[in-house]
Amino acid sequence: MTAARGAVRAGPRDAMAPLEYTVVHRRTETRDTATLTLAPAAGARTDPARPGQFTMLSVAGVGEIPVSISGAERLDGRIVQTVRDVGAVSGALCRMPVGGAVGVRGPYGRGWDLRSALGGDLLVMAGGIGLAPLRPLVLTALSLRVRFGRIVVLVGARTAADLLYPLQVAAWARRRDLEVESTVDRATPGWARPVGLVTEPLARTRLDPERTTAFLCGPEAMMKASAAALLERGLAPARIQVSLERNMQCGIGWCGHCQLGPYLLCCQGPVHRWDAVADLLDIEEL
Amino acid sequence: MRRPSLAVWKLTSCDGCQLTLLDCEDELLDIADAVEIRHFPEATRRDLPGPFDVSLVEGSISTPAEAERIRRIREESGVLVAIGACATAGGYQALRNGADLEAFQRIVYPRPEAIRSLDRVSPVAAHVEVDYELHGCPIDRRALLGLLSALLNGRRPDLPAGSVCAECKQRGVNCLLVLGRAPCLGPVTRAGCGALCPAYDRGCYGCAGPAESARPEAIVPVLRRRGHGDAAIRRLLRGCTTAAPGRDSEGADDDA
Amino acid sequence: MRTHRPAPAVIDRNGLDQLVKLLIADGRTVIGPVERDGAIVLDEIESGAELPDGVGAETGPGRYRLHRRADRAVFNHAAGPQSWKRFVHPVRQRVDAPEEPRPLAFIGVRPCDLAALSVLDGVFGAAPHPDRRYQARRDRAFVVAVDCVEPGATCFCASAGTGPAATGGYDLVLTERVEGGHRFLVSAGTVEGEEVLERLTRRNATREEAAEADRALRGAAESMERSLPATDLRALLARSRRSERWQEIADRCLACANCTMVCPTCFCTTVEDVTDLRGGRAERWRRWDSCFDPDFSYTAGGTVRTSVASRYRQWMSHKLGTWHDQFGTSGCVGCGRCIAWCPAGIDITAEAAALAREEEPR
Repeated sequence: MTAARGAVRAGPRDAMAPLEYTVVHRRTETRDTATLTLAPAAGARTDPARPGQFTMLSVAGVGEIPVSISGAERLDGRIVQTVRDVGAVSGALCRMPVGGAVGVRGPYGRGWDLRSALGGDLLVMAGGIGLAPLRPLVLTALSLRVRFGRIVVLVGARTAADLLYPLQVAAWARRRDLEVESTVDRATPGWARPVGLVTEPLARTRLDPERTTAFLCGPEAMMKASAAALLERGLAPARIQVSLERNMQCGIGWCGHCQLGPYLLCCQGPVHRWDAVADLLDIEEL
Repeated sequence: MRRPSLAVWKLTSCDGCQLTLLDCEDELLDIADAVEIRHFPEATRRDLPGPFDVSLVEGSISTPAEAERIRRIREESGVLVAIGACATAGGYQALRNGADLEAFQRIVYPRPEAIRSLDRVSPVAAHVEVDYELHGCPIDRRALLGLLSALLNGRRPDLPAGSVCAECKQRGVNCLLVLGRAPCLGPVTRAGCGALCPAYDRGCYGCAGPAESARPEAIVPVLRRRGHGDAAIRRLLRGCTTAAPGRDSEGADDDA
Repeated sequence: MRTHRPAPAVIDRNGLDQLVKLLIADGRTVIGPVERDGAIVLDEIESGAELPDGVGAETGPGRYRLHRRADRAVFNHAAGPQSWKRFVHPVRQRVDAPEEPRPLAFIGVRPCDLAALSVLDGVFGAAPHPDRRYQARRDRAFVVAVDCVEPGATCFCASAGTGPAATGGYDLVLTERVEGGHRFLVSAGTVEGEEVLERLTRRNATREEAAEADRALRGAAESMERSLPATDLRALLARSRRSERWQEIADRCLACANCTMVCPTCFCTTVEDVTDLRGGRAERWRRWDSCFDPDFSYTAGGTVRTSVASRYRQWMSHKLGTWHDQFGTSGCVGCGRCIAWCPAGIDITAEAAALAREEEPR
C-alpha cells in the first residue's frame, strides 16, 4: 500500500526470466535421450546446485520444462543435464547442437538428503531416466567415499540400449567400493545380465535395514514397488527417499501445477521421504 | 532453408474454415512467405503434387470417394490437421445420422439414385490418424495462426482443452446462464473462440464440440432448472458436433 | 463487532466523487465497481459518477440478478463475477519484457477481498522467489475498503473470519450509511490514507454515528445465511480424500472452471511461448489456468487428474485444506463468488458440511 514509485524491470531479478546459456557439449545417451553441458553465455550464472535439484530449461519460442541436473557440482558455472525427448521442448533440447542457446532458471527444489545418510550404507535405485537426478548423488557420495559404508547402485531400464551412462555405470561396476547391478525389462541379443524389474536385483542384495538409506527415482509405479520391497526388508519409511514428478510451469511456487496434496513439489520437493508421501501416492488421481 | 509445404483440402463442408485462412488479411503475406502453398483450391488455381509437410483438412467424410480421398491425403501429409466442426465432429450434415437418409435424398434431389453417400457422416479422425484438431464453426482465425506458427517453430500447439467459461471470465463477459439471459452450452464446450457468442449476449451453441472430459449431458439439469424445456435443450445439443468422438450421435428425429 | 478505528470522519456522496478525482489527479488508475451487462464488474472509472448508485444484487447458487434499490447505496452488491485479482495478477502477462504499470487505486474493496489480496500476497510475496511484478502492482495500489453492511445470500465471510468489517490492509475504509442521509464514515489505515483523507471535504462523525455503524456491522455478521462448518477444515479435507462425496459432486460438476476464475485467490497459471510465423520474434506469456483444465496435471508419464471428481477434490481440498500447509492460511475468504457463479449451483459451504456430516457417528 505504500506508493513506491519507479519502473518495474524484467531482468535477472525477475524470477521468471531465464539466464542465457550455451550448449558446449552434447552426448547422445540413448535413442531418445541426450546429455547437455551448458555454460553461461553472458556473465550471469545460476547458483550451484545440490544433487536432486532441477532447473527450468527453455528454448525460445518453443517453451520451458523442468529438467533434473545430472552432473556433479562444478565450480566453473557449467551445468550438466540429461533430457529425454517426450515432447516439443524436450525434443528441441535433445536436438540442440553445440553452440545452441538455452535459457536456464534455477536450480530449484529440495534435493536428496545425503547428510542424514552419513556413516551408513547407501542404496540407489534408478529406473530409466531416473538415474539422471541420482548420478550427482552417487558422484557426491564417491567424493566423500570414506564417510559412507556400502554404496549399492541398482539400475533398471527397458532394454540394454536404454541404459543411461553405460560407460560410467560400467566403470562404477569395476570399482571395489561400489556394488552395481543393471537389469532390463526385456533382454536383447548380447545381454547376459538379469532381466526383470529393478526390485529383482534388490531381492538378491544384502541389506542392513538399520544402516541403509535408499534413494529412489523412476516411474511412480517403480518407486512404489521398490519402496514396498524395501519396507518388507525392514527399512524404516523415513529411510527411503523418492524424487517425484508432476507438471511444473514455473519451478518457484507460482503456477500451482505441481501439487501433491499439501506439497508444491517444486519447492517442497521433488525429493520426499517415503513417510511423507506414501499415503498421498496411495490415493488415486491426487 | 526449404519452406515447409502446405495443402488445404475440402471435403463435405461449406468452405468457411478455409476462408478463415484467407481472412488472415494482415498475416496472409507472412503465411505465403513462411510456407509454400501447394494445394488450396479456394485461393489458387495452382495445384502442385505432394508430399505436404502440413495438410489442413476441412469437411466431414460423407461419401465413399471422400473416405478414399482422406486416406490418400493422410499418406501424402506429414502433419494432418482437421479444421472446423465438420472435420472434427461431423458438422450439421451429421444430423442425418440416425435419420432416414433416403427420405432426405428423395426430398432434396431430383435423381436420388445418382447420389453416393455413406450411411453415416463421420469426422476425419474416424478414418485416419489426425495430428491436431482445430474446433469450431468456423475455426478461429487466431487459433489457426497460433497453430501454424507453433508447427513452423517446432512448438506444441497451444490447443485449448477446457471450457468456454474460462474465456468468458478472462475476457470479462458476464455469465449468461447465471444472469438468466440465455441458454448457453459454454460450460461443456471447448474453448478456443475467445467466448465470441457470449460476448455478444448470445448463448454458446457448442460449435466447438465438448470440452475434453466434459459430459455434455451434465448441462441438461442446469438448463432445465432455468426453465428451458427438454425439446429446446435437445435441439440446442443437436448442433454441428453430434458426430464428435464420445458423443452419442443423435439424429434429427422428432424435431426434423 | 467493534471496528476499533480512530474517530471516523464523514463524507457525503459528493465526497466519494471528490476522492476519485483526487486519486486520478495523483496519477492513479482508479478501479471501482460499475454496472455492465447485468452485473457489477470492476473497471477503470474516470469519475465517481460511474459508480453504481442504488444498484443491488440478489445472489443464490448459480444465480445473480441486479435490481434497483429503494435507496442510492453505492456498495451494496456482493459477489460480482470479478475480483481485484485481475488487476494485481493479470489474466495474461508477459514474463520476458519490462513493465511499467501505472499506480492503481481500488475503490470499494470488501473485507473478504481485502483478505483475498492478503492471501495472494502470501502466494506471490513468499521468499525466496517473490513475484516482483505482482509486488510492484500491489505495493503501489491505494486501497479504499468498504465495510459490508449488507452481505449477499451467498456470503459467508463471518465464518471464514474475514468480515463483514474491514480490519486492516486498507489505506481508507468506508462504512456506507443510507438511513438518516446518505453518507460514508471514513477512517484511514495508513499514513497515505490519512493524507488523502485530509484533502477531502468532511466532518467528524458523531459518537452515535460511529456506534450505529458498529451496530450495523454486527447485524450484518448475524444475518449471514451461509457458513463453513466450525471444524478444523484442513484436517477434515485431508481425511476426506477417499470420500464418495467427490463422485457425487462430479455428477453435478460441469468441470467448467468458473469457480476458479471467479475465486479471488485462485492463482494458478500456465506459461506459453508465442512467436510470429517465421519465429523471428519469441515471447513468453503467463496466463490464468485452472485445476479443472484437462491439461493442468499433464506429464509425459500421463495426466494425473483425469476424472472430474479428482479435479473438484483438488480445488476444494486446496482452497480449504492444503492452502494452510502451503501458505499458512485458508485459501477461502468467504466471498461466495464460486457459489453464485457456478452454473450448476454447487455450494462449497454445503459440500464442506456434507463432508463433515459423513464423519458424524450414526
